[in-house]
Amino acid sequence: MAEIILEVKNLKKYFKTARGTLHAVDDVSFTIEKGKTLGIVGESGCGKSTTGRAILRLLEPTDGKVFFEGQDITSLSGGKMRQMRRDMQIIFQDPFSSLDPKKTVSQTIAEPIVENKILKDKKAIDTRVRELMKTVGLAERLVNSYPHELDGGRRQRIGIARALAMEPKFIVCDEPVSALDVSIQAQILNLLQELKEQMGLTFIFITHDLSVVNHFADEIAVMYLGQLIEKAPTEELFDHPVHPYTKALLSAIPIPEVGIERPERILLKGEISSPIDPPDECRFAKRCIHTCDQCRAACPQLLEVSPGHFVSCHLWKEFM
Amino acid sequence: MAEQKEKVLEIKNLNVKFVLEEETVEAVNDISLHMEKGETLGLVGETGAGKTTTALSILRLIDSPPGVMECEKLEVCGKDIKNMSISELEHIRGSVVSMIFQDPMTSLNPVFTVGQQIAESLERHENLNKNEAWKKAEDMLELVGIPRERAIEYPHQFSGGMKQRVIIAIALACSPQVLIADEPTTALDVTIQAQILHLMKELKEKKNTSMIMITHDLGIVAETCDRVAVMYAGRIIEEGNLDEVFNHTLHPYTEGLFNSLPNIKNRRAKLQPIHGLMPDPTNLPKGCAFAPRCNYATEACQERRPQLTDFGGTHKAACLAYENKDFHIERGKKNG
Repeated sequence: MAEIILEVKNLKKYFKTARGTLHAVDDVSFTIEKGKTLGIVGESGCGKSTTGRAILRLLEPTDGKVFFEGQDITSLSGGKMRQMRRDMQIIFQDPFSSLDPKKTVSQTIAEPIVENKILKDKKAIDTRVRELMKTVGLAERLVNSYPHELDGGRRQRIGIARALAMEPKFIVCDEPVSALDVSIQAQILNLLQELKEQMGLTFIFITHDLSVVNHFADEIAVMYLGQLIEKAPTEELFDHPVHPYTKALLSAIPIPEVGIERPERILLKGEISSPIDPPDECRFAKRCIHTCDQCRAACPQLLEVSPGHFVSCHLWKEFM
Repeated sequence: MAEQKEKVLEIKNLNVKFVLEEETVEAVNDISLHMEKGETLGLVGETGAGKTTTALSILRLIDSPPGVMECEKLEVCGKDIKNMSISELEHIRGSVVSMIFQDPMTSLNPVFTVGQQIAESLERHENLNKNEAWKKAEDMLELVGIPRERAIEYPHQFSGGMKQRVIIAIALACSPQVLIADEPTTALDVTIQAQILHLMKELKEKKNTSMIMITHDLGIVAETCDRVAVMYAGRIIEEGNLDEVFNHTLHPYTEGLFNSLPNIKNRRAKLQPIHGLMPDPTNLPKGCAFAPRCNYATEACQERRPQLTDFGGTHKAACLAYENKDFHIERGKKNG
């Protein structure tokens, strides 16, 4: 039995707004095995980033529990949580706004080392910074450069070096390549893959790009309007999607090939509905072509329809 | 198809520079393009390749100063854009050529209703009075799949996908002959992207519009375009129909783009990124701009700049390696 490194149980994150309560993450549960990558996919506003942040308690969860290596981290005090975050890091989407423009590359990478008092000796810190720069493929001559002098790919490498500085076991990658051009995107994806293999890291990889997650993740969780609607090993999900939304999502990927037979595209009607005080019905019911009375009567539960494959749809038997 | 088609766009030797105090940015270098009626031409490349600058030049929308635009010929539907007066240009923009911009969140005016924004160009170009223009604006909304009652609403009341539909309605209101779509779906989610691309394709066919599709996504090119031009550092480095460029790729940069993409069918295939970075447009190398990143580059590539050369059919590429008759890129071997 593989070791479970992270368990998320009934995680909820609500925001109070003038128009009502916004259910950003609504009762999400899953586990990740050590050394694996879980991809979380979904469209804007589905709650994938909020889930990532709530797990690290960068946003305080409204309800639910997160266990990291068996320990419930939702009840930890501020100081204890701070210690815990050495093991749990995050890489942000936008390397243009997530770096301090007034700090050099070395200052940026050294910051977490100094803050957490990992190393105190100046020389040792400097050596460690250079070592990290080498690990992520940043040339040593850039040590005193400022973020504005660097392109997006190099900035993202700084973000990665900073996350690695704590020697974490687990990293949430929040759209780490979305702001990058394809040739640079491939460089960063390869780097993350190498690091994962060398250091035995566990990743949550949040993205809207299904072809990236197909390449990168061992398992995929699909989110829609704050809920997890399907989760399966990557190949299983791509080969045998069950939920109508997952099917539509997969069919919408533009394939960069000519002269092939394209799978029939499932065009969805309408757009994602409001996450504010959602009614007790299937969240996808308004856009789904299969909607029946049952879907409008109650929100479906996540069920294990085959080993490791979870689906939240009343009509799952018809789509198997 | 052997029939002679009508040319709707012809550009010859277009150069665009931005002259700044300390440096000059060479954004577009010596580009020639043409497009036939009803055709969709894909313009592909990464950030800074010069795609948008090329498109803006067609409408003479380059700010000058600092922009300096030079060309031998710039014709749209037989009209000489190059020597046109500003008032004539204003007539062309929106009626003969219109443009869809990338970001639907910022390209609508927040203080006018969407109906007013569609009616504006109709009043201007089609000589319609206020009532007629409003009616037509409502028709256009319906055409793009938005209920006509929503014409009195403001942009902030619409979602991203809906805003992009409004922008398409504005762009198509005066039935332009040429539509320039600059990354029209980049800011949208995939399922919404699928809806918008489907809508554009449908409308284009209905009105027989010619379209330039600017994108960085080769998947979108494969699905929407007839021909494609790949740009790198302000130049077209490969051009041809889809089969030629996708299945008989010639240029090492195009190959690099394909190799960087995750393969949806073979998920274990390792990505082969292009090493290094795009050259600084204020300081382009003397020879081939791609040579510093190219695995096949020889000394000649550092010295001489390759010209876009015919490779049979409509296929063209700018690469010196082919001076050696036996040269093949890796992808080429695979494709036979």
